Amino acid sequence: MSGSPSAEWPLWEVFVRSRRGLSHTHAGSLHAPDAEMALRNARDLYTRRSEGVSIWVVPSAEITASSPDERDPFFEPSADKPYRHPTFYAIPEGVRHL
Amino acid sequence: MTAALALGDDALVLSHRLGEWAGHAPVLEEEVALANIALDLLGQARVLLSLAGDEDELAYLREERAFRNVQLVEQPNGDFAQTIARQLYFSTYQELLYERLARGTGPFAPLAAKAVKEVAYHRDHAEHWTLRLGDGTDESHERMRRGLDALWRFTGELFEPVEGCEVEWHTLHDAWLTRITSVLERATLAVPEGPRRGGWAAGAGRQGIHTEPFGRMLAEMQHLHRSHPGATW
Repeated sequence: MSGSPSAEWPLWEVFVRSRRGLSHTHAGSLHAPDAEMALRNARDLYTRRSEGVSIWVVPSAEITASSPDERDPFFEPSADKPYRHPTFYAIPEGVRHL
Repeated sequence: MTAALALGDDALVLSHRLGEWAGHAPVLEEEVALANIALDLLGQARVLLSLAGDEDELAYLREERAFRNVQLVEQPNGDFAQTIARQLYFSTYQELLYERLARGTGPFAPLAAKAVKEVAYHRDHAEHWTLRLGDGTDESHERMRRGLDALWRFTGELFEPVEGCEVEWHTLHDAWLTRITSVLERATLAVPEGPRRGGWAAGAGRQGIHTEPFGRMLAEMQHLHRSHPGATW
């Protein structure tokens, strides 16, 4: 594929909200010339088996991601703070489904 | 049933043509899109041909002259723009036809009501590409214009009344032309000129007269079934 359009077309991230889901979850990514076509490609690639009722597409370049270098300062401090989990409460009798 | 055969063959033949893009489409995303459309059409063809007889026998064991599809759908894919031109002409027609059939009380109403949603997406896909190619680069504009021009003479046949479809073909044609004109205007393309009816126009597919490339397409489509009759897996 010489001069492949996908080499020039921007990458889009696809988020799909499933029939029973409350929020959109990341489904994958694809190439498309613009947002309208990205939506249509997403429909064809990620909702063929009726996985979704709503689609978002976001230009991959617009996503600001945390860097692997920042992993320790970002995430490690929370590892030894179990008291942040609500596991230290005695559950009153009569409370079900908690 | 004449009408089931006509509509079923339209869907079957176009489905096979679109399937030929598998492995050849310009980008992976578009390949999946075309394959999806092909599979929608194949599903419609199966229902329609089953109304007319045994679907496998009809698809794989009929001779060329027994097919009743319009000549438009059997035209080779050409470049991507020509495929889009064929899609635009046909899916605009199919959507308008199925909308009308769905409103009726004939045997096709249930199928048409279901299929019209699929077809609306096919038409939307073709329109979006027509806009992008027509209003794109000089080369894409030129290719789109060529595709539209090349297939224009096959569009008159779409509005030959099909026996068994209770549809007002005149208003169907007018609605089709209005839609095509509006899309082409937005795409900065001219509506092609040239004959669509009469001696200089193409089209007798509904009577079993087909163009040369159709025979080669059928040979490929049928050869497996004919080589191994009754094979299953």
